[in-house]
Amino acid sequence: MSIANYLYLSAILFTIGAIGVVVRRNAIVVFMCIELMLNAANLAFVTFARINGNLEGQVVAFFTMVVAACEVVVGLAIIVTIYRSRRSASVDDASLLKR
Amino acid sequence: MLQTSANLVWFIALPLFSSALLLLAGKRANSWGHVLATTVSASTFTIGVIEFLAMQARPEENRAVGQKLFTWISVGSFNVDASLLLDQLSICFVLLITGVGTLIHVYSISYMSHDLDRRRFFAYLNLFIAAMLLLVLGDSYLNLYVGWEGVGLASYLLIGFWNQKPAYATAAKKAFVANRVGDVGLSLAIMIAFATFGDVTFSGIKEQTDSASTTQLTAIGLMLLLAACGKSAQFPLQSWLGDAMAGPTPVSALIHAATMVTAGVYLITRSSFIFDEAPIAQLMVLIVGAVTLLFGAIIGTAKDDIKKALAASTMSQIGYMILATGLGPIGYAFAIMHLLTHGFFKASMFLGAGSVMHGMKDEVNMRKYGGIGKFMPITALTFGLGYLAIIGVPPFAGFYSKDKIIETAFNAGGIKGIALGVATLLGAAITAFYMTRVVILTFFGNERWGHKDEPHESPALMLIPIALLSLGSIASGFLLYQGKRLVYWLEPVVNPLKEHHAKELFSHTTVSIMTLTVVAIGVSLAVSKYRGDQSDKAPEKVSMLTAAARKDLYQDSLNESAFMRPGQSLIKKLLQIDLIVIDGLVRSVGSVSISAGTKLRSLQSGYVRSYALMMVIGALALIATVWIVTA
Repeated sequence: MSIANYLYLSAILFTIGAIGVVVRRNAIVVFMCIELMLNAANLAFVTFARINGNLEGQVVAFFTMVVAACEVVVGLAIIVTIYRSRRSASVDDASLLKR
Repeated sequence: MLQTSANLVWFIALPLFSSALLLLAGKRANSWGHVLATTVSASTFTIGVIEFLAMQARPEENRAVGQKLFTWISVGSFNVDASLLLDQLSICFVLLITGVGTLIHVYSISYMSHDLDRRRFFAYLNLFIAAMLLLVLGDSYLNLYVGWEGVGLASYLLIGFWNQKPAYATAAKKAFVANRVGDVGLSLAIMIAFATFGDVTFSGIKEQTDSASTTQLTAIGLMLLLAACGKSAQFPLQSWLGDAMAGPTPVSALIHAATMVTAGVYLITRSSFIFDEAPIAQLMVLIVGAVTLLFGAIIGTAKDDIKKALAASTMSQIGYMILATGLGPIGYAFAIMHLLTHGFFKASMFLGAGSVMHGMKDEVNMRKYGGIGKFMPITALTFGLGYLAIIGVPPFAGFYSKDKIIETAFNAGGIKGIALGVATLLGAAITAFYMTRVVILTFFGNERWGHKDEPHESPALMLIPIALLSLGSIASGFLLYQGKRLVYWLEPVVNPLKEHHAKELFSHTTVSIMTLTVVAIGVSLAVSKYRGDQSDKAPEKVSMLTAAARKDLYQDSLNESAFMRPGQSLIKKLLQIDLIVIDGLVRSVGSVSISAGTKLRSLQSGYVRSYALMMVIGALALIATVWIVTA
């Protein structure tokens, strides 16, 4: 099996994630799509590390996981807070910045 | 090397400080303001006398003294110090300004005693003294310019002193605007001088005149002449002087007769090194002087307002001085001599006119005077002395100074000499005519004032200054002329003895006889015309020349049609351009920004998803660009 297939998978996952962020309104789903994009990137890193025969890409993947973990903590906290105050998890309802 | 004298700064500092104090102290200074101002003026005169005596005691080559106050401008190779220079020429002016100025301060104490604003009046007078002294003491054109503007300001403030009357405020504005025209000439002259010589001090330019071309010197000379025309009310900028009589009479005597209006003569004399090398500019000076002396004299014959008649006479007499300065080295000394004697007799006559007005409830129309001589004998006597001086009867002051100008004019050589000589002689005849008219209408003939109150003689505080000035109009001419005293005195500054006339057209005696003859003709014409009872109304059917002279020979109408109206329409058009083009540009910048903002605002929906979409599109566009560029 060609190693390029991993890159195709990564691209497909990233595209699914990006489309999900743009079209879905539910904040939790948007959040999951972002995670999907991050992991698509991770997959690409690991694949490139394999192609080049070194460990740097894999190290970056670990860093990404750590950052993603932190992001989940902050992001979920924000979503929960918004849900508590507005009784809704729709990202379109939270469009106060334009006013 | 110029000796220094630490006294010079006080000439300017004292009156300037006193003026500021009087203006800032407000009503608190009402009770003592006039005393302070007069004391300060008297002290500057004292310093002037001390400096004069010290100067006389020194040998001729180092009579001039200077004082550097501070470095004013220091930019690269361009350095201007605020420095003062007191030489043989400036000391004449210093003594005239402070001497006559002090007498007029004393006179004003009484003349202005009923005015609520007397303190402000004295503050302005001191401001004038400070500015005028700076004008004559500055050692460079730039320092002179500061004083030049200062006297313009003081003149404006004092002409419009009673600015509650709109006509007076307009007169002040008119004087200011006419003076500005001249000031532009002076600033242009300074700029050309700096471009040519890289220096603006008198001594620096004097050393370098050889290195400049005649064209450059002519340009500087013509611009200086324009400046002199503005300040000294010479043709074609003379029209402001008549209206300037709106100011209180002491102001007319000090600023618009004795001192400020002679600043143009000072400027030309001070710039002798430029005019001597620029024949065309010098010829223009002669023409301006000759035209103005006749112009002023003709206007003087038709004016019924005593102050305006005297103002026209001032214009004409300054025309004589300007003409004399155009006659080359020998003329400068006679111009200054006439300036000094004129300062005495014209100031004394103006103060006399003020005294008459004081006794006549501020009436200025001579047609409403008549027979005042027997009510105001001292005023009449002193005015008479001034009259004898101005028409040039020996041994009074004007006889010496004016005859020398006429003689020098005749001896200028060729057709020029004859033309100038005839003009000056004609001027002398007309002067005799209109001054006789003033004297007869005011002091003799039937009483025409039309009310029961008899005129009363003025208080001593007013009469003493007039009397002292009349002493000057009796003796100053003889004293200055005796043994060519003033000529020798001024020689180091203007080199009056450098040029010697090989052939004289008329001798001194011939000129005197001719002058006295035309003066006698002028006087007898006036006596025969104005003898006996006069009407208190001006005749309405008059010759064209009289009608023109009453309207200042239409100079105002000319100025209005040639400069004011075209200027106004030009400004209207410029305003249109400003409104349409400039404002249009600015406004369109604003409206384009606003409409662009309105359109762009719709992008900021506030929806996170649309921002995310934009990021995606942006990232894709970036990748596509990189791909295209690298492929």
